[in-house]
Order: sequence, then C-alpha cells, then structure tokens
Amino acid sequence: MNTFRITHTTHYVYTNPVSRCHNEARMSPMNLPLQTCAFSKVHVSPSPRSSFQRIDYFGNHVFSFDIHQQHQELTISVISEVATTPTSKLPSPPPTNSVPWDQFYQHLEHVNKHKQLMMYEFILPSPLIPQSRCVKEYALSSFPPDRPLLDAVNDLISRIYHDFKYEPGFSTLSTPLEDVIEHRKGVCQDFAHLAIGCLRSMGLPAMYISGYLETDSPPGKPKLTGVDASHAWLNVFIPEFGWQGFDPTNNQIANERYIVIAQGRDYADVTPLKGVIYGGGHHHLKVQVDVARTHTHTFN
Amino acid sequence: MSNFTNETNSDWLQQYQQQLRPGFLDEMWSGESLCIKPAWQPLIQQLHSLTPRAFEKPRLEAKRLLQENGITYNVHSQTNQYLRSWQLDPLPLVLAEHDWQLLEKGIQQRAFLFDCILQDLYGERRLLKQNVIPPELVFAHPGFQRPCDQVRLAVSHQLMHFAIDLARGADGQFWVLADRAQNPSGAGYALECRMIMNRIIPEALRPITVHRLYHFFQSWRNGLQALVSQHLDDARIVVLTPGPDSDTYYEHAYLATYLGYPLVQGDDLTVRDGKVWLKSLAGLQRVDIILRRTDDLACDPLELQQDSQQGVPGLLQAVRNQTVAINNPLGTSILENPGLLAFLPAITKNLLGESLHLPSIATWWCGQKTALNYVLAHLEQLVIKPIFGNEPYYYPAMMTINEQQQLKRKIKQMPYFYIGQQQPQLATTPTLIDDKLQPRYYQLRTFLVAEGGAYVALPGGLTRIANNNEGWFQWQTNGGISKDTWILSHEVDRPIRLQPLTPGVMTALSYEGILPSRAAESLFWVGRYIERAEGSSRLLRTIMDRINNQDECASEADQRCLYVLLTGLTLMTNTQPGFTGEDVNQQYKQPTPELLSLVRDSERIGSLAQVLAAFLHAAFSVRDLWSSDTWRTIDDIDDILGQLYCPPTDLGDLQNCLDELITTIMAFTGLTAESMPHESGWYLFDLGRRIERSLLQISLTQSCFNQTLDDTVDHLLQEALLVNNESLITHRRRYRALQQMENTLALLILDETNPRALAYQIYRIQRLIDHLPRHQQREYSAEQRIILATTTRLRLATANTLAQRGEDGLPHLLLKLLDECNSNLLELANTLHHTYFSHTEQAQQLTSMSAEVSLPNEVNV
Repeated sequence: MNTFRITHTTHYVYTNPVSRCHNEARMSPMNLPLQTCAFSKVHVSPSPRSSFQRIDYFGNHVFSFDIHQQHQELTISVISEVATTPTSKLPSPPPTNSVPWDQFYQHLEHVNKHKQLMMYEFILPSPLIPQSRCVKEYALSSFPPDRPLLDAVNDLISRIYHDFKYEPGFSTLSTPLEDVIEHRKGVCQDFAHLAIGCLRSMGLPAMYISGYLETDSPPGKPKLTGVDASHAWLNVFIPEFGWQGFDPTNNQIANERYIVIAQGRDYADVTPLKGVIYGGGHHHLKVQVDVARTHTHTFN
Repeated sequence: MSNFTNETNSDWLQQYQQQLRPGFLDEMWSGESLCIKPAWQPLIQQLHSLTPRAFEKPRLEAKRLLQENGITYNVHSQTNQYLRSWQLDPLPLVLAEHDWQLLEKGIQQRAFLFDCILQDLYGERRLLKQNVIPPELVFAHPGFQRPCDQVRLAVSHQLMHFAIDLARGADGQFWVLADRAQNPSGAGYALECRMIMNRIIPEALRPITVHRLYHFFQSWRNGLQALVSQHLDDARIVVLTPGPDSDTYYEHAYLATYLGYPLVQGDDLTVRDGKVWLKSLAGLQRVDIILRRTDDLACDPLELQQDSQQGVPGLLQAVRNQTVAINNPLGTSILENPGLLAFLPAITKNLLGESLHLPSIATWWCGQKTALNYVLAHLEQLVIKPIFGNEPYYYPAMMTINEQQQLKRKIKQMPYFYIGQQQPQLATTPTLIDDKLQPRYYQLRTFLVAEGGAYVALPGGLTRIANNNEGWFQWQTNGGISKDTWILSHEVDRPIRLQPLTPGVMTALSYEGILPSRAAESLFWVGRYIERAEGSSRLLRTIMDRINNQDECASEADQRCLYVLLTGLTLMTNTQPGFTGEDVNQQYKQPTPELLSLVRDSERIGSLAQVLAAFLHAAFSVRDLWSSDTWRTIDDIDDILGQLYCPPTDLGDLQNCLDELITTIMAFTGLTAESMPHESGWYLFDLGRRIERSLLQISLTQSCFNQTLDDTVDHLLQEALLVNNESLITHRRRYRALQQMENTLALLILDETNPRALAYQIYRIQRLIDHLPRHQQREYSAEQRIILATTTRLRLATANTLAQRGEDGLPHLLLKLLDECNSNLLELANTLHHTYFSHTEQAQQLTSMSAEVSLPNEVNV
C-alpha cells in the first residue's frame, strides 16, 4: 500500500475585479478497485456563497461553487489523501499472448451489460477527439491482423513516445490532432488524445484519465515541494484484465505511482476547473501540485 | 352525396378538379365518389356562391394584420430586408371530427411514448441495455447531454410539451414526419392564425362550429402551475427567450403575453444559493418555473455549451437541486434524433407493451449494416438527413452522379450520423395561390401539453403549405404560407378566457409589476431614441424649411442664421465634423449632401436612420410590453424608416416624409402614455424621453447663444428656436411685442407649463424619480439629490438675469446654467444606470487549459 498526500493549488489573479463567478471543479480523486481516496478537502478563497457536490455521469467527483462578492484573486486548494495498491491487475511482465485486437468483441461475454454499454461511450468520437483519417493512418502499423491487443497497445504508446517530442507551449486545447501529428510534438494530454483517437479508429474503446504521477527528486537532492504537476494518460479495455492504464508520455503501463482524479471520453469531460466569470479582464494563472508519499508498505 | 354535388359546377371548383392528379388524395375532393367530402361541405356550401376572388380581400387583410402585429417583423430589418414573409391562406384545412379523434389518440400515445423514452435515456437506459436501440444512436447524438443524466422534474411527466409534424399519405393515413421536443415552436403562431381568421373570415362562414383553442392554453398553464403547486400558490413563472435575434422571438413574446408570464433573457436571471432569481427593478425575485424557448445547449454556459451568451450559468445545478423547474427539461433534444424513428415500433412494444398507433415515415438509420446497404442502394428514392445540427438535407434524386458518390463517401465515413427517409406520396389540400384554388401538399404541426398525468392536444394546429408541388418538396422552416386548421365540432365549445383557476393563483397578480432590469433599460432607451429621432427630425425640418424659402430673400442675416442652425444640428446629433469641420464654409454653401447623409446613412452614428433603427431594436426587445395599437405605430415608424433609406432628393418631399415621421412618433408616445400602466416601466420610458429632450434642448440653445451675433441674426435665430420647439404661436400670443431674448428664455427655459421648456422636463423628471423603487427610504437617493439641485437651480433663475449679456456680448449666466444642467443630467443618467439596470458584464470562460507538465526525464521508471 502506498499512501500519498496531494496538494493541488490553483491561483488566479485578474487584472480587473470579478463581480461573480460560477465554477465546477473535478479535482478530488476517484475511488477505484486499486485506489482509495481517504479524504479530499476543497478550500476556496474568497469563500463561496454556496457549493454543491455530486458524482457525474462518468463517476467523477464534482465540486461546484459560486462567488458573489467582488474579488480580484481566486484560490482553490484541494488536499487529498489517496492510497494505491501495487498489485496491478496486469501480471508483470505483461503477457504477450492476450486476445488478438481484432477479436476483441468476441471476448466480452463475461463483462456485464452496464459495463459493455459504457464501453460504447469510449469507442465513438468525442468533442475533442473527432474522427480523423490522419489519426487512423498513424494507428494502422500497430494493428496488423491477429496481433495480441496488449502487444498492439504497447507498440502504439511506444511509437508515440519515440515519434513525438514533449514540448510544452506548442499546443492548446483547440489544437487539432492533425497538427500534433504533423509537427510531432505536444504535451501529455495531446499524446493521450492521440493514443485514444488511434484506438477508437480501430474500433477499440479508450478512456481519457486525468491524474497525478509521483515524481522523483534529482539524485542527491531533496524533493522540492510544488514541482509536481497534473498528468494525463489513457485507459484501454483488455478483455482478460479490464480497464488498464497506459502512459504514452512516459512509455509505460500505469502503476501504483499513478493517481486517478477523473475519467471521461476526453479532456472536456474531466476539465479540472471550469468557470464562468463576470468581469475580470485578463488573468494570470498559477498552479502548484505536490504529491508527497506518506507511507510505503511492501508486501512480502 | 347530396344534390349539392350536382350544383358544384362553379368554374373554380371544376378547375380545381382538373388540377388533381389521378390516384392522388385530396383533402376536399373525393376522387372515388366524385364529390366534396362531407367535412368540407358546410364550408363549400357557403363558398360556392363566393369565388376565390372573394377571398382576395381577406387574404390582403390577413397580410396586413400579420405585418402589423409584427409576426413578419424581423429584427434583421436593420438591413431593411424582410427575411421572412409569412402569409396566411384564408382557406383553412378542415378535418372531420372522427378523423381528428383518431389522430388525437395517435399523437397522445406518441407524446406519452416520447416522455417514457426521455425518462429512460436519462434514467435507467433499459432501451440500451436490452438492445432495443443501438448505443451509438444515443451516445453519438450531441443532444444526449451527460450532465443532465438522472436529473428530474418533481412530477411524473418530464416532457411537458411536444409537437409532431404530420402529413397525410395517399392512403389516407397520417404519417409522422418529425418530432419537436426541446422547445417546440408554433403553438403561438397557430393561435395567432386563429385570431386573425376570426377577424377576416366572411360572415357566411361563422356558423360553422370549430373546436376552440383556449382550453389547450389553459391546460398548459395548469400543467406549469402543477410543477410546484405542492408548496406554492403563487409560483413565479417566466418565459426564457434567446432574445430578439431569434427567428421565433415574435412567438415567445406573444406566448408570454397570452399566458401572462414575464418574458426574460438569460441575462435577466442569475443563480444564487442554488436558486434562480430574476433581476428586477425592485431587486432580486425568486423564479420557480422556467418555460424555455432556448435550445438545450445554450441554457447553461457552465455545464452545457461553454460559449453560450444566452444562458444562465449554474442553471442546471439549480434544476438538480429542484429549486427551479425548467421545461421542457434540459437534454430533451435527444428526442429530436430522427434515427429514433427507425426503432419506434420496437421501443413502443418494449416501453408501453402496445403497438404504435401513428406510423412514422419510413426511416433507415445508417448505423446498422443492413439499413446502410439499403440506403446506399436506394439513394435516389430517399432524402438523406443528418441526425443532428445544421447540415442541410440531401436530395440525391436531384444530384449528379459525382455528388451522389461524394454523399455516399460521407455516409460511409460516419454512418451512424445519417438517416435515409422515404418521400411518401402526400395528400393535397386546396390553397389560394394567385387568385386560384390549387391543390397543394401540406404539413400539419400538432401540439400537446402535459396536464394532470395526461397529454392534452391542441384541437387544431399549424398547417404549412409546401413551396412547390413538384417531386421533392421542401418546407421552409419559417414563413411561407400557413393555414388555420379547423377541427369540426358537433357542438360549440364553451368559450372560456384564460382565468386564474383558484383563488390562490390570484396572488400571482402581484408579480405583474415586476419588471426585469433589462426590460427597464430597454424602455429607458426606447424613450431616449424616440426623443432623439423626434428632435433630429424637427431640427432637420426647420433647416430644410429655411433652405427652401431662402432663394427669394436670401439676406446676409438669413444666411448667418442658417449656418448657426446647421452647426447646431451637427453638435446636437453628435455627428462631427459635419458643419463644424475645416471645410465648413464649403458645407454651408451646399448643405444638402450632408443633410441627406444625416437622414439616411444608417451606418453613421447619430443619423436619423441609425437612431430609428436603434429605437426599433430596443422596442422589439420588449415586444411583450406594447399594446397592439402601440405596436402598429412602431410598425409605421419602421415603414417610414424604409422610405428614409432611399429618401426623395427633393427637399420638399423629404420634408413631407419628416412631417409624417413626427406625427407617427407623437402617435407612438401618446399611445404609450394612454395604454401603458403608469408604473415602473413607463416611468423609465418617460425618464428616457425627458432626459433626452432636455439634453437636445440644452445643446441647441447653447449653439444659438454661445456667440455674438448682430441683432437681426439673433432675432431670426430666436424665431427659429421657437418654431423648432412648437412655441412660436404661444410666444406671439403671450408677448405680442417684438421678440426679446428675455421672453424667449422665459418660454423655452423657465416655463414649467410649456411641455417644450427645459424647466418642464426637469420637474417631470423629478416626479418620475420619486416613483422609482428605492432601497433606502430614509434619505434622498443619489438621483433625487441630483435632480433636486437642478430644479432648485432653475427655480432660482430669472429670465431677466439670464438674458443679460456681458461686455463680450455673451449671456454668461445662461451658458453657465445650461452647462450645469447638462452635466447634472448626464450624471443622473449614469446614476440611473448603476442603480436600476442589470449591469450586464461580458461573461468569460475560465478553463484551466492544460493538464500539464510531467517531464519524461524526471521519471524513474
């Protein structure tokens, strides 16, 4: 069991006063078979006039609030404690003889109706991942007939990892995948979107995950606080093992160092913080994330 | 049939029969029995003495009424184009009672069915889990709004109103063409058509008994009221419209007025403490029920479509909290997915355990392989429609081979996004086209509302006529020719008017005084613009009059006087450079081009055309607040604006045009004073007028007295001022003697009884301000203090001192007074804005744009 204490602070400074705002945050980690969120506290300043909590269509925690007093700064801090289990569903090393990707649908009998139905949500194009010939062309070489699904997915994320340069600042949310493919660069959410688009173009379900990844300090130096960041990867449904995380940014299978906040069809479903503000002019945004390990327990 | 059949040898009926194609079904004429169908006999019996020509008068009358009521009005007429022409055919569609009863059963079942589908899709989704419908049909349709999942109204029916487009097939059976669920429009138009028919139909037709429409609207109100009646007798209900730019805005205003609910836009509402509030002149007022005419996606920019400017952020959370009921519920547009039609028989069986009474037009959803193959193989026999959005329909029969190939590729790329639909053989109904009776295809939109656990159908509907009678007919979504729909009745329906049902509902009346801040602001601007238009027209007229009369005795003094007035016009209308620029002497000599530009150049801020267009826009945005008589004068002003765009080049003719405009403006302001309740809305309208009139008056007076002129010019100018302010006659009667500045000022500045005097406006403003709602009762409000200072200042002044000129020949005290009044009034307008109007700030989206940086090399795998 690994326990993490995560502090995620979002700080907005506006050039003009904001008279009111309505916001929605998806920043509290989910509870999943391999992940338990012991608690998650959201603190907003200035304090909201009212706030509501709910679980959305995809099972994510949503915290919504509105502020009606004039303000020029807005801070949202979320402190969560999450435990992850190192025993992955996937044996290590991953088996190479899994179900061939093109026989995916013949191996779903054991999956319950509701799960099967939800799977369709992740096969169809979504707002930020529309159907694209370009994406399919990129995907094809990883999916020769009869190739085991796990193999194909590993090949795909490894290709993305090697073909694309990690370069912040190049892309925004509205950058189409075609541009990412053309320039061969982007950030984690572009790579996750691309991998999802590829899988869907082959008729396979893939889900967007927003979360955190525990990082290490440079050798010999203490870990600095607040240098972590939120991260994005994807889940692929493997008939024998269920939904499994893959991280094309780091070319690896998601393990106990990956902490899931929210899941959806693409970034639009899991946007950490959305809002409508009145006034405000321009804004300056500062985000600080700290993922601190509080406890490690190894099984013998 | 009766011997009447033998008598139908009138020419027009014979001509009509000749136009019918064999094998086609006509509503009026039975091709089998070669006679007029019984339902139509009472109508034709009365008509057969009449000729279609006799309908010409009612047709024109209908056109006039539609125009006057603003149904054809489009706010885009700023470009002076009527984008829609809505015509009403005086000949109704007649349906026999037994025909209707069958149809009614069918549409009621369908409304019930679609309510069940809606509840299932946002609830258990059994239809999907049991494979009754394929998941793509729902998940890939943008109308399926995931944030609306599991959100419910607190009543059994979720779908509160519903509309169904029907057409009769050649076999006599009615077929459903489409379903309208999110905010079905047209019931208001159907009502309007009936109202107009009641006015125009010939006396002879009145004895025919037809089902009335009132009951339906009463049911609608009851159904709405029932959404909260458990705990509230005086539920606050508002009609939410996207605003005057919407195609169906007229209907929103019409319905709001008819049902008796305030018409509001997204900006008028705000969510606080998880509840919805109306920003009114008197502060925030709780809203319990929203009858929305805004599309699903546009309703909440926080959770639904982010860039919507028509919505209310946080609305969906309030709906979730069940503190407000919105209907139809958000997310309903999933029901408008035409792909559902292909599965309706199975859905009906699954949800209701019965079969579908009313068939839908044959539809193939391309998301299924067999259907896709069928559509591709029979492309030319089908219409291809996308399941969502604004993509146009495709008519492959009218395409080239190449275009068909392209379309096929498009379909194959996203098969689940397209359907193929058969084009059935449709029945025709007699329609008056160019004086002749012609058989035309028609479509009937029927309406239902939920009341007390059942669906009530409007006994009638909106009948629309196809644009042409050839092959692939297309319907205009708006406009075209419409008809009233008569369901014959054996007995006369008890006429009822919309009345509050229970004594409890009476308290809702207290709501009537509540005016949304935005509407208040619009009224204020209606007042300012109309006064600005009047002021400019008057001065333009005075100036043109002088130019026209100048040729005869163009003395130097006359010229000077004209120049001062021209410069005054530029300053008053704020249209510099005009007659203030460097080339002013050139302009003075040839003023006509600049004057014409000030009349007609709608692109130019301050021109008469621009001010009138702004007036119309503001007036239209509070369409629900004008009486029908008042609206007629607004419509007349619109007509005159049309003439102004291409004004006569002859200044004399232009003067006549301005005369007419001024009279119409006076009719408008007069009617408003007589027909609008003198409460908040009217106070603001009048405040706008008075403030604007004062400002114009001050500007012109300043222009006339801020320079030293010789006595003759001075005299001529004062006369022009008096003429311009309709005060010359009074002046002559009162002072007889030669004009003296002192007398002119007494009459135009200080006279509290002269409706054209500055003092009159200021005292009026003072009284109006006292009527406005105030938060702090103990001390004078900021507005009261400003106006008190101004009134006092004016009351302490005397005409004699104001008329005194200094050594430089300028009346310094007068100019100082005018200056002070001017800045006080501007401050007042500003303060009113802050205190009473919704401070509509631009909303912007705040999205944390990126899930960021996790640098690969920092990770130790």
